Amino acid sequence: MNFTRFTLAGALALGLAQGALAQTEVVFNFPVAVGGPITAIIDEYAATFNAANPDIKVVPVYTGSYQDTIARTLTQIRGGDSPAMAVLLSVDTFTLYDEDVLVALDDLATTEADKAFLTDFFPAFLANGQVGGKVWSLPFQRSTPVLYWNKAAFAEAGLDPEVPPTTWAEMVEMGKALVQRDASGNVTRWGVRIPTSGFPYWLFQGLTTANDSFLMNADGNEVYFDSPGVVEAAEFLVALSAEHGVMAPGIIEWGATPQAFFEGESAMIWTTTGNLTNIRSNAPFDFGVAMLPANKRPGAPTGGGNLFIFNTVPDDVQKAAFEFAKWLTSPEMAADWSIRTGYVAVSPAAWETEAMKAYAAEFPPATVARDQLEYATAELSTHENQRVTRVLNDALQAAILGQKTPAQALAEAQAEATRILAAYR
Amino acid sequence: MRRIPLIPYLLILPGLVFLAAFTHFPALLAFWQSLHSTPRGRRPATWTGADNYAAMLADPVLMKVLWNSAIYAAATIPASIVLAFVMALWVNGRMPGRAFVRLAYFTPTILPMVAAANIWLFFYTPGFGLLDQVLSGLFGLPSTNWLGSDRSALWAVIVVAVWKEAGFFMIFYLAGFQAVPPALAEAARIEGCGRWTYVRRVLIPLVAPTTLFIAVNALINAFRVVDHIFIMTLGGPNNATNLLLFHIWETGFKYWDTAQASTLTILLLVILAAVAAVQFRLLERRTYYR
Repeated sequence: MNFTRFTLAGALALGLAQGALAQTEVVFNFPVAVGGPITAIIDEYAATFNAANPDIKVVPVYTGSYQDTIARTLTQIRGGDSPAMAVLLSVDTFTLYDEDVLVALDDLATTEADKAFLTDFFPAFLANGQVGGKVWSLPFQRSTPVLYWNKAAFAEAGLDPEVPPTTWAEMVEMGKALVQRDASGNVTRWGVRIPTSGFPYWLFQGLTTANDSFLMNADGNEVYFDSPGVVEAAEFLVALSAEHGVMAPGIIEWGATPQAFFEGESAMIWTTTGNLTNIRSNAPFDFGVAMLPANKRPGAPTGGGNLFIFNTVPDDVQKAAFEFAKWLTSPEMAADWSIRTGYVAVSPAAWETEAMKAYAAEFPPATVARDQLEYATAELSTHENQRVTRVLNDALQAAILGQKTPAQALAEAQAEATRILAAYR
Repeated sequence: MRRIPLIPYLLILPGLVFLAAFTHFPALLAFWQSLHSTPRGRRPATWTGADNYAAMLADPVLMKVLWNSAIYAAATIPASIVLAFVMALWVNGRMPGRAFVRLAYFTPTILPMVAAANIWLFFYTPGFGLLDQVLSGLFGLPSTNWLGSDRSALWAVIVVAVWKEAGFFMIFYLAGFQAVPPALAEAARIEGCGRWTYVRRVLIPLVAPTTLFIAVNALINAFRVVDHIFIMTLGGPNNATNLLLFHIWETGFKYWDTAQASTLTILLLVILAAVAAVQFRLLERRTYYR
């Protein structure tokens, strides 16, 4: 009898306590894709936000890589234990849209200020989050590929160490000067390194964009893999090793690329701005950072992760998640995040903050990515995104390996991708 | 009236529950899903009959994957068994530093596959990787892109698998050798038969149960262990190292096509069941259990 009364009182007390706090809990799944104490930074952000907003409690959950995070998030949603929000690849917007788990951020932005906020980002970053005229995800940890060059190697090869290549032709020409061979004729230093393992499509977009051609439409249901400009870009990529001899033959490993730069195996490398902090602290020589070289125009893709909010949680939780997302991408926070991680600050306003100005003055290479954004395009993203991307990756690798000509490989990829996308037209 | 013996059923119950929950039920569920379309968003799964199977067989990537898997199994299974046997023979004898050699052979087994793959990724790196440094430093050979060429990539990942597994299988052979009565070795020596004859006529037949056990495990691993593919090649270049389980993972968790992934899972189950049946029939006849 006493026992019953005791538990009843306890339950009542607990209920009252919860009622008094009335906190909305926002579960936030996030991946870690670059080096550094990312989890500690996110935890700190959540604590700061929670302290300033006593009615909201953000619970950040570290969920592994991007791939682990989308697998976990979709599995949680299917199992009825949905997180409120997550950081996922911006190119997964179509996939999540097709799964019908996203809430359109335009629908959450009720005030004029909120609506204006949604357009404050760099357009090249916003593009991947838009489907059917609505914004489905906010740019957060974004990047873009740039060219890093070894100034010591440039000087050794008789080139001006302060002048990087600005066009394809210059890159080939300088590359030829930079190639070094040993007594038996084996190459000991390559001119340029564009990694092609795993996901070659991304850096390949640095070539297609510069060649003023595009891989897909904004609706994500059509691709242009066999258009003349794209084929030309692929032919140039193949020719770098096959014809000009400035790049190593075969498929080049993405992960070993910074190491290859440090070891002097390649004098110029193409890789993400996400490697900036790594290269800055480990390169044993002076290096420079430049925009990707232009052909018909300058150009590069964007990359990285966006903030997504799910329609599988109650309305008040969605609203609370939106508050946190807004705070996280506000100019001051975006600047802080960029300085501490190496990601590109996502809005022009962030670059106008005092902190960002000071950082840019102290470390000018950080601004190269921002300047490139003017010419950047959305990363390849379609319905059935991973499948379509895989088709292009396979085609590019087949062309690099010489199994097929670039034109043939891309024509086949176009046919296969068109077949996959038929259901979405 | 005959009473149903309850005790035996109770005794196998725990094992049965786990087997049913984690093996039989998922297999049946996969079969059920393979007969439906993948549910997406507002479109629920619908009955599609054998459509998924037809789509699977029409996929040119699958043919490449099956071929790769066949080569991978045909190379890793015998190579790791033979290597394990030779290593066990070697460290079974009296020799200085025996414990150290045993440890050295066993070390790859203790490493997680992901760590091993990262080490080998560095070995294989063209230019400044260990293999290239040795080959071009000592012999002046040109740099080789082991993982980046469609001709060598599959063999490069096969070498990693054999290196990783042979040490583990060696332990079983070592245990098998300890169980062989020393009197047989003495008798063989008195009869004047050579070391090779002893190995062939006495040792190999006596450790046949161990060989069967190892062969079954090697077969399972040939289809089960794909961790190094994630680290080293992601199935590339152009599907040159794409193995069946990796293909299933990619279909299920990258393309989110659960129905097609289930269909591929059924194919894997059928292949494994068929190979296991053949293996048991062939080897059981030649194996002497005590």
